[in-house]
Parts: sequence; structure tokens; C-alpha cells
Amino acid sequence: MNMDKPFAVTRQGLLASGAATVAIVAHGVAQAASAKRNAHSAAVTLKVNGQARDARRSTRGPRSLDALRERLHLTGTKKGCDHGQCGACTVIVDGRRHQLVPDAGGHARGRASITTIEGLGTPEDLHPMQAAFVKHDGYQCGYCTPGQICSAVAVLDEIKAGIPSHVSADLTAQPQLTAAELRERMSGNICRCGAYSNIVDAITEVAGRKA
Amino acid sequence: MKSFTYERAHSPAEAAAAAARDPGAKFIAGGTNLLDLMKLADRDAGAPDRRQRPGARQDRSRRPTAACASARWCATPISPPITRVRRDYGVLSRALLAGASGQLRNKATTAGNLLQRTRCPYFYDTNQPCNKRQPGSGCAAIGGVQPPACGGRRRARPASRPIRATWR
Repeated sequence: MNMDKPFAVTRQGLLASGAATVAIVAHGVAQAASAKRNAHSAAVTLKVNGQARDARRSTRGPRSLDALRERLHLTGTKKGCDHGQCGACTVIVDGRRHQLVPDAGGHARGRASITTIEGLGTPEDLHPMQAAFVKHDGYQCGYCTPGQICSAVAVLDEIKAGIPSHVSADLTAQPQLTAAELRERMSGNICRCGAYSNIVDAITEVAGRKA
Repeated sequence: MKSFTYERAHSPAEAAAAAARDPGAKFIAGGTNLLDLMKLADRDAGAPDRRQRPGARQDRSRRPTAACASARWCATPISPPITRVRRDYGVLSRALLAGASGQLRNKATTAGNLLQRTRCPYFYDTNQPCNKRQPGSGCAAIGGVQPPACGGRRRARPASRPIRATWR
């Protein structure tokens, strides 16, 4: 799937075209607005899904997420609550799950390796977790699903690595793969459709396949 | 939201010097809270420079305070020093694991940024008085001002942890 194909219409493009309409009337004002826009953006290199990608990101708002979505057109990662609370913006950074909304640019230095949902699998070759979500109906509207899947993949790695959770009985023992553990570890991802039990089924199946 | 610049310091001294150059500068440690704060309670607080103080999350001394210096300690695979922290400082470890979510703990520091603003919901709600936001204005947390629900009815109690409850 070609993720680099530019959109016909983007949110920022739409705003820019609106500004251009005004510029016909007031050219000088538009030039000043353009200069101001450039003053609020910066060039960065992101290492995404194994490739170094150049992007100009805004210095306003959640910069790394906007750079991914609006500059690199990797729109699988979603902006949900825009405050780092719902988990829709979860990606895997250097093997660990992170939320991109609160990120001001720490990942945008070319050092961290970011894996998004597009880097896990493709429609033709699904990641096992993606296939399990499909099989178990681990979604309804699908908006939270990319974040859920990135989180779920990292959760299994965390359990395998022996990282305890709030519900682990013994902090120094190997965590058990139980529904309670999965629910606690996935609690940073919200699904307004309420697909939680099916998501647990999907993760459990993938974990069993790995074991 | 105001625009800002992000500058990564390479030592505490460098961070302090950079902050001294700009009175609007803010320190971050993990960096999980300032952006949403800028959109809400602190959105009119000017254009802060954000500067990371890398030493905050790297303290590996054996003092008890060091055990809670970083949430990442609890999100680190089992190894002799990490296992020792979990074994000897169980309460602190559990306190870290009880906070926020896995994604945020991977990024956050706990007690790593003493300059972080409070996460009290009344501080965020600019319709409520808050002494931390506006000294002398009062504290809505005393007595617990309840947000009105649909139809003018008030909730029985504030929804303080709406996230984790969904998976229960």
C-alpha cells in the first residue's frame, strides 16, 4: 500500500487554500501570514518504520504526531483526546509503546526509531495481532484500533521481558499472562465502542501462538 | 495554544544556563504534561522554551529517593539492580505502577521534575478558582465542586479516574 501518496485535500491544505482566497484581496497580508507560518515550523528527520523521513513539522500542537500524519501521511496513528489520555496516538518507539500527543519533539531527532501501525503490517500481509483483532472483532468503529494494536504488541513484549504491572502479585517474578494483567496493561487505551473483551481475546490468542 | 521552541540540554548546568536566558522557559523531564497544560490552564502563560534536564532520569544511586526518580525503572526488564529496587522498595515501585498508563510511564519521570505543575482537575478547569493558578482566588477542591451533568443534575462524585475503569 502506498502511504506516500499525497492527499487530494488535507486539513492544513484546506486552511491554506482559505488563506489564499483572502490573499487575492489582500496580497500583502498573505505574504506576512506565510512568513509567520514558516516561523512556526521546523525541519526534522524522523526514523519511521525503518526509513529516515524528512518532515517539516509545526511548532504548534503535538508536533511529532502532526508530523507523522500531515507531513508523512502516515494517518494510521490517530489523534483522539489530544491530551495523551485516550491512547489513540500510541506508537512503538525503540521497542516501547509511547503516546505521541504529549511529545514536543523528543522523538523528532532522527535517533528514536518509531514503528506505527503501517510498519507492523499491510492489508496484504497482516501482523498476527492485526489478524487476531479482525478474527475476534476487537473493534467496532476502528478509530482506537491502531493505538490498541501497537499497545497490544508492546504489552506482550513487556510481559515477556518480565516487566511487572499494578496487578502483578510479585514484582520480582515473571508476570503471568492473565486477563487481569492484559486489562491492566491495556488500560491506557480507550475504546468508546466497548470492544474490550474481544481485544483481550485477540491478545490472548496471539500470546498463546507465541508461547 | 502558544508556539514554543524545544531545546535539549546536555547537562544540568547547560539547562540552567539556557533557562536563565529566557524568563519564560519551562523545564521538562519526561515531558508528558506540559503540552496539554499549555492547551488548558496555562495556555495564556506566554511562549515557554522547553528544555530537557537529562540527569533527572539517570540517577542510579541506591538511595531510596533514587528508586522513585524514574518511572522507567519499573518499566525496565528484569536485571539485578532493577530487581533489587523492586524487592527493596516495593511500595515505591507499586506507587509508580499505579500511576498513569503504560505508555505514559514509558515516557514519564516520577518525581523527576519538581517544577511540574499540579495535575489537580480544578487547576485545569479555568472556570474554578485555584490558588495555584491564581493566588488568592480560592481552592475549588475544598468540598469538591461537582461538575453539572446533563439536565442540570449533578454527579454523585467527580469522575476522577475515568480511564482505567473502562477495562474493569
